[in-house]
This record gives sequence, C-alpha cells and structure tokens, in this order.
Amino acid sequence: MRALTWHGTNDVRVDTVSDPEIINPRDAIIKITSTAICGSDLHLYDGVIPGVAPGDVLGHEFMGEVVETGSASDLEKGQRVVVPFTISCGGCFHCKQQQYSACDNSNPAEKQDMSATLYGQPMAALFGYSHLTGGYSGGQAEYARVPFSDVGPIVVPDHLEDDKVLFLSDILPTGWMAAENADIQPDDTVAVWGCGPVGLFAIQSAIVMGASKVIAIDRYPNRLELAKQLGAEIIDFRETDVREALMEMSGGIGVDAVIDAVGMESHGFAIDNMFDVVKQKVGMGADRASALKQAILAVRFGGKVSIPGVYGGMTDKWPLGAMMEKGLQIRGGQTHVQKYTKQLLEKIEDGTLDTTFLISHRLPLEQAAEGYKNFKEQQNEWTKVILKPGMEN
Amino acid sequence: MSQNSKIGAGLGGVVLTAGAIAFGAFLSNRHQNRGYDDAANHTKRQPEGSNAQVGRSVTIRKPRAELFAFWSDFSNLPQFMENVEAIEAGADGASTWRIKAPPGQTVAVKTEIASKKQDELIAWRSVEDSEIETSGEVRFEDAPGERGTRVSLVMAYDPPAGALGRAVAKLFLREPQVQARHDLKRFKMLMETGEIATSARTRDETRAAKQENG
Ligand SMILES: [Zn+2]
Ligand SMILES: [Zn+2]
Repeated sequence: MRALTWHGTNDVRVDTVSDPEIINPRDAIIKITSTAICGSDLHLYDGVIPGVAPGDVLGHEFMGEVVETGSASDLEKGQRVVVPFTISCGGCFHCKQQQYSACDNSNPAEKQDMSATLYGQPMAALFGYSHLTGGYSGGQAEYARVPFSDVGPIVVPDHLEDDKVLFLSDILPTGWMAAENADIQPDDTVAVWGCGPVGLFAIQSAIVMGASKVIAIDRYPNRLELAKQLGAEIIDFRETDVREALMEMSGGIGVDAVIDAVGMESHGFAIDNMFDVVKQKVGMGADRASALKQAILAVRFGGKVSIPGVYGGMTDKWPLGAMMEKGLQIRGGQTHVQKYTKQLLEKIEDGTLDTTFLISHRLPLEQAAEGYKNFKEQQNEWTKVILKPGMEN
Repeated sequence: MSQNSKIGAGLGGVVLTAGAIAFGAFLSNRHQNRGYDDAANHTKRQPEGSNAQVGRSVTIRKPRAELFAFWSDFSNLPQFMENVEAIEAGADGASTWRIKAPPGQTVAVKTEIASKKQDELIAWRSVEDSEIETSGEVRFEDAPGERGTRVSLVMAYDPPAGALGRAVAKLFLREPQVQARHDLKRFKMLMETGEIATSARTRDETRAAKQENG
C-alpha cells in the first residue's frame, strides 16, 4: 500500500510499504477514506519526539471503511468508522474508569520501559506516534490495522460525510475535554491560548458549555478570525499585553479558567543540562512552557487551568508560588477519546457542534509531504489539512 | 545437544545455582522482612550488581481463582513467558521447561512444585541435578474494590560478580528483572484482553520480532 512515512527531521515521504494484516483476534483492517495532519504530527516532523524510526507510518486522525475483521472483532465489513487515536483495550483498570488514554494493555510490554522511565508509569499506545507510545503504524496510509476494534472505532451514519465526523478521532474530543478540564461554569470568563484546531474546538466547546465570555489568544489573523466567528473575543499577542488585557476583559477579577492549547513549542526547543539523565534514557529535554506560565499568572485566585497542549519532558521556572498561593486546580491529559465519541457524534448530528469550519485544504495522500510542509510553514492559511487516499491529484 | 547450548546451559547453571540458594534464604525471609519497613524484600536497596531477587506485582482485573487456575496449568505459561518455549507435564507432578538459549537452542529444566496453596500461591524449583537450577513463586491476593487481583512474581537471581557477570547474564538469560516485568505485563494483557498487544503491521513482522527475541 501507499503510506506517509517518516525519514528524518523535516523529511516525510509517501512510500510503498507492506499491507497491514489481522494479527490478533480483536483486530480490524480499515481502508482509509480521510486522514488529517495534526499539530502534534509537527512535533514528529520537527524531530523533537524520540523513538521515531525511519519508515514509521505516521497519522493518528483517520477514518474509513472496515474491510477485514479478526475473529473477536464486533465490526462488520462495509461499516464506516472513525478511529480514536488512543488505542485502548476496554478491560483494564484505567479503561474501566473511562481513562482510555491511560490503558494498561495497548502498549506492547517490550515498549513500555522507555516512557516508564520518563513518567514513572508507562504510556498507553497511540497510532502513528513514536515507539514511546507503541510504535503502531498510523493512518496516513491506504489501510490501517486497528487493534481492539470492538472498543475504539465508532460507526458513523452514512448521511454524515467524512469532513463532519473525522475529527472525532482526536481534535474534537481533545478540545471538548480541554473545556471539561477547565470545569466551565455558566458565568465563567475563559481564556484560550492557541487558535490551532484544538484551541478552536476548545473555544467552541466552552461556548456550548455556557461560558459567558471566551477570549482567544494567537498571532495569526486568519486563526483569530475563525475564533471570532465562533463567538470568541480575540487578542493578538504581538499587539497587546495579554495579562493586562485579560485583567481588563474580566473586570479586574482575572479570568476564571485558562486553557493552554499551545503546548511545547517545537521551534527553539531547548535542552536543559539538568535533565541529562532522563534525556539519555528517553531523548527528551526541557519543554518551553511560556504560554502555560502566562496562563497561570492570568487566571484568578481559585481559578482553573487546563492543559490539552502536548508537553513531553520537563520545564523549569514553574510558577509554583502562584499555583499554591492562588489555590489553582491544574488538569492535563491525553484525551480519553472513547469516553466522548458517542456524545460528540450526537452533537454533530443535531448541529450543536460544527467541525468543518477550520478545514482549509484537502489533498490526495500522494501530496502528504507538501501538506506537512505548508501546515508547518503557513500556519495562518493552512489551518487544517485532510488527506484523501485515492483522490485525484 | 550442540556445543553452543552446552555453553548456554553451563553458564546458566552457574548463575542459577547461586540463584537457587539465595532463593531458599529469600523464601524463608519473605514474610519476616529483615528491614523494619513493610516493603517487599526484592525492593530493598542492594549494592550494585548484587540483585539477589527480582520481583514484580501487577493488578489484573480478573478473579483470583481464574488467574490461579490459568497459572496452575504450566503448559499455559509459554503463551506469555517469552523465553520459555514449552512446558511439558511429567507423570510425577514434575514438569519439564524448555528454555530458549541463544543461538536458537533450548535447554531443558525439570521442575517440581515446591509449594502450592489453592488460589493463593504456586512456588516451583528445579529438581536436583537438573541441567539448570531455577526457582520462582507467584502469589495471588485480592485487590481492593473491583480492581481484581494482585499478582506478584518473584524469582531469585544472583549474577556472577562484576560487569562481566552482568553481561553474561544479559546475553544468556536476558535481564531477569526486565524479563519478569515483561512476562507479567503479557500475562495481564492475555487475561484482561484475550490477546497480547503487538504493534506489528504484518504477521511476518511479529514472527521476525519473536525470532529476534528468542
Ligand atoms: Zn491529533
Ligand atoms: Zn485498557
């Protein structure tokens, strides 16, 4: 089959690789109809995530048609499914708590040691996202092997086209969980750093959850415009002192909740000598966390801090005093996708949530490398890219 | 048996004889900790390289009796114990473990049950003048609430001194601590999900990975 493979920093290519096969009883094989490039794919592209090997097939946001099933899969050939980026068994302690992104059993035993060194506990598996998270082939390809296919994939009705449901795989539930982690109450003022796809969905979710005011912070006019269309007030951080502005916009109290949808900055990713031991073992250094630090200073006493942005390693100069003195609640987390897919599919069907507004480009899979390059370098215009295997060039 | 596997068995014998002696002492000490705290003996700080015991616990979301029954049938163990090719039951309650030894050889070890308590404990050790001496035990305890069962696997291990000894142990027996951890994780996967996770894309890749490990 054809698949987008990683070759090195800033080097991804569409190659011919072996077709996936059913290996375990609960597997299914999906013929992919749509797959997106995610902001976190750019961390792989930038080469800042360790454990990626040349030839690895990337992509964790995908959907398609079931073409083959293992003996214990409950899917049927011909069904259209969206596949969560988190691989979850459904039977372990964490899965039973609906903490799907902490599944004990999806990361192969021999691959768990690397992340256990970094976090004290091993990570669950994700599609197409480094051998830290299992080294599973991703979905920027013609086909994908989907383990635990009775737990992850959600069957979508035929009347909803791919563009409407594809983002159930990651960024929509991620934005939703970001807002949920900000514990939004009806009269809250919420500030969101980053108007990439996750930030935009967090803004939309916060509004649906009843926030009285959502303030979006970014530097790209087009992305700020998308936030404005959703009903947010906007701040361009190149133009404005963000903390001053937030204090004014919240009537001097400070915002009730903050959401950091920026995460580690892939550009200028710094290595801190203090963490050489960890770095030697897992190849991760210090994360720059300037948006998060700013968010913690801007939130009100007793405020809520939500971190959907991806961080990998350590950070320094953490505003510990602010966290303690202001009595903050801080919640992060990889998305428990399977917990949200059903309710969010209903909200898409009844029109409460729109997922199509941020799609800027649709490309054939063969042009995936071009998609990566532009998504990274032209963030103002290339807001979200969908790849379609089989689409005419 | 080929020349190579004799070397493997010989080195294994040295390592595991020491291990079996340590294990006897260890078993008698397990429930009367030498230290003053409540931590298991295999988590006590030890001088570098003198890792006498390896052990690990996992929580498995299945009833104690079910896990005990599965483990009691030793022929099930090679499904998740990666360096064990097969375990055949003998007439006298003993069984023969066929352990992979590089390159591509196996070493036979005859073991007997040292102690067994229904739904709680299974301990085994190699019989006298076995090709390799080895021993281990697995314990099953109820976990709190609906968490299932805590399963603890403990094996004695006493590598030959120094860096060379560790290198030999790694080469011929694989790192026992790592092995124990991975085996238990695979046991948990098998019990909780009915399969053992692999990120391979093709069946050939899984086969290749297994051969590499074996
Ligand atoms: Zn994503
Ligand atoms: Zn699980």
